[in-house]
Amino acid sequence: MKNALVTNSVSKNFGNFTALNKVSITVPKGSIFGLLGPNGAGKTTLIRIINQITMPDSGSVLLDDEPLQSYHIKDIGYLPEERGLYKTMKVGEQVLYLAQLKGLSKAEAKKRLEHWFEKFEIGDWWNKKIQELSKGMAQKIQFIVTVLHQPKLLIFDEPFSGFDPINANLIKDEILQLREEGATIIFATHRMESVEELCDDIALLHESNKILEGKLVDIKRQYKTNTFEVGLVTDNEAQLKQTIMAKFDASPAVYRSLNNDLKLNIKLKESESSNDLLAFLTSNAQVIHFNELVPTANDIFIQTVKNN
Amino acid sequence: MNHLSLIIKREYLTKVKNKSFIIMTIMSPIIMIALFALVAYLSQLNNNRERVISILDESGIVSDVFKNTEFTKYNILSNISLEDAKQLVEEKGEYGLLHIENKKDITEVSKAIKFYSEDSPSLTLMSNLESKLEKKFTDLKLLQEGIDVEKLKSSETQIDIAQESFLGEESSKAGNIMKLVFGGLAGYLLFMFIIIYGNMIMRSVIEEKTSRIIEIIISSVKPVQLMLGKIIGTSLAGITQFLIWMILGGVLLTVVTMIFNIDLMQMQTPQQEMVQQALENPNANAQAQIIFNEFRSLPILNLVIAFIMFFIGGYLLYSSLYAAVGAAVDNETDTQQFMMPILVPLILAVYVGLFTVIEDPHGTVSTVFSFIPFTSPVVMLMRIPFGVPIWQQIISLGLLIGTFMFTVWFAAKIYRVGILMYGKKPSYKDIYKWLKY
Repeated sequence: MKNALVTNSVSKNFGNFTALNKVSITVPKGSIFGLLGPNGAGKTTLIRIINQITMPDSGSVLLDDEPLQSYHIKDIGYLPEERGLYKTMKVGEQVLYLAQLKGLSKAEAKKRLEHWFEKFEIGDWWNKKIQELSKGMAQKIQFIVTVLHQPKLLIFDEPFSGFDPINANLIKDEILQLREEGATIIFATHRMESVEELCDDIALLHESNKILEGKLVDIKRQYKTNTFEVGLVTDNEAQLKQTIMAKFDASPAVYRSLNNDLKLNIKLKESESSNDLLAFLTSNAQVIHFNELVPTANDIFIQTVKNN
Repeated sequence: MNHLSLIIKREYLTKVKNKSFIIMTIMSPIIMIALFALVAYLSQLNNNRERVISILDESGIVSDVFKNTEFTKYNILSNISLEDAKQLVEEKGEYGLLHIENKKDITEVSKAIKFYSEDSPSLTLMSNLESKLEKKFTDLKLLQEGIDVEKLKSSETQIDIAQESFLGEESSKAGNIMKLVFGGLAGYLLFMFIIIYGNMIMRSVIEEKTSRIIEIIISSVKPVQLMLGKIIGTSLAGITQFLIWMILGGVLLTVVTMIFNIDLMQMQTPQQEMVQQALENPNANAQAQIIFNEFRSLPILNLVIAFIMFFIGGYLLYSSLYAAVGAAVDNETDTQQFMMPILVPLILAVYVGLFTVIEDPHGTVSTVFSFIPFTSPVVMLMRIPFGVPIWQQIISLGLLIGTFMFTVWFAAKIYRVGILMYGKKPSYKDIYKWLKY
């Protein structure tokens, strides 16, 4: 029971178009998993298969080590990218209806809903129609709908699109809280800032294939180039530059700083350690900036997609 | 509670609680009855006006046919010139002047009759006068030829062929008309029901698509469940509306007729005379008896069961197609191209039903159409009052149920793909491809 969700070579074709080509991913229990990929890579199709909205042509999906069954619906909470609610239905009625479809009893749903309404301080919305709410307000309701039945697996497709920063933060905190409580979370997105911030594991889809998967830290380690960003203050900049260039593979760096310093990116060879570099630099100039360049998720994303 | 009943409940309640639905349900019968009352009142007003017609009969041979009735008074003029008579009638504000000129023989007289009035006279009145005069002149001519009018009249014979089946069931033309009305009403009711509530289902599917809630719903329930729930919920709302219409309409009609004291029979004044003549006919009583017997011998149980079965079957068949159309498009304006294939068989059914069943309820065309699943609900309902063998009904129903299951499968296929397709307006080719996803 280490993995919350496993897909084994899942394929899906729509006519002549291949949406997914033998995609296997493993989502560890209790993790926040980033399902990344450019638009049209197959993220939504994979999510729909996990939600049993579409059936795969081949391959299998395991939820908690069991093949996906119709009763698993109540264990999954799904916030689709294309989302909306019945415009003319009242907020309270609507959430209760959707919760009942997920298998909650009416009384239980009502109790939990009251709790959420209190938490978000929106108690007076109960009898409002969705069309009377602002977009941000409707999205809060949408979030409640997704999590009300306390699913073991939560799937968010582009969760922050359309949220203002305050709501986005609120939702982010809630997501982290849900993870604390034991839920596993899948994020499908092409916005890398949130990935960097939240995800433990990622899988990258590109043109229907999975091209990368693993722990974000491991991947970053794998992609790092042993490059250090340094800022040096000295009297003779030109000479210093020449000295360094002679010994290391260096190139001008760009970053913001308060000093008028010499900014360089220095790439080390396998045999060289960061301490050697630091020692060399301190003996030649005043070091005011020293930072290992770790590839961002965005860099990895762009680089991998380009290479494929 | 399981999913299907939850969906049905929601669909039903949303429809029934919808403001425009409530207004439609209550206002429609009120407006209909108000219109009816208005028309009845106006036509009564029209008929109630007393008309005075002056007769200037210079020949002196026809004056005796004009007898005063409640609303028409005849004023026989004599010893007055035509010009004076016209002036007199105009001054007194009478309705008109009938002038019968004196000629040398009856034929000449009959050809030179004129009616003077301020405006062009009422059609009913003219035909009334004409028939009175025709009768009188025919009698006069017969008399002139030396024929005994009384004898001629007594020798006039009216033939009413009594109809009886080999099994000894008596029937009559009037009975046939009654059956036609029964069947026609049942078929037409189904037709209206499909169109009104089929459209409602379609709109409700489109609404789910445009509000983008659909993906949330189908991550919890199967698309087929959602579609069936929608169809059943909407139909229940439809039945509720129909029942309210009938009850409210019936009550209002009774109240209105009582308040305005409208005699329903009097609404067809021109035909009234004919009806009365028919009633005076000594055979009329026997006729009424036969009609009554026929009504009683109508296969009522068969009719009711068949009505329910074919109504449900036909309605589900078409409404699943409506749901599929709703799923295929993004907005109502795009539905046009897909509505044709639904409406054509439906309208065909009503017309084929109305024309061929009148002609011959058991003829080849009406029999064949009562087997074809897309037309059978309407045509069969029209045929059944005339007595359709049970085996035919069962085969037709079997075909209908088979086709219904096929269309639900077919519609569900389109539905489950279509509800997730946005943007592009699909072509028939696209939809064909969806079937294979």
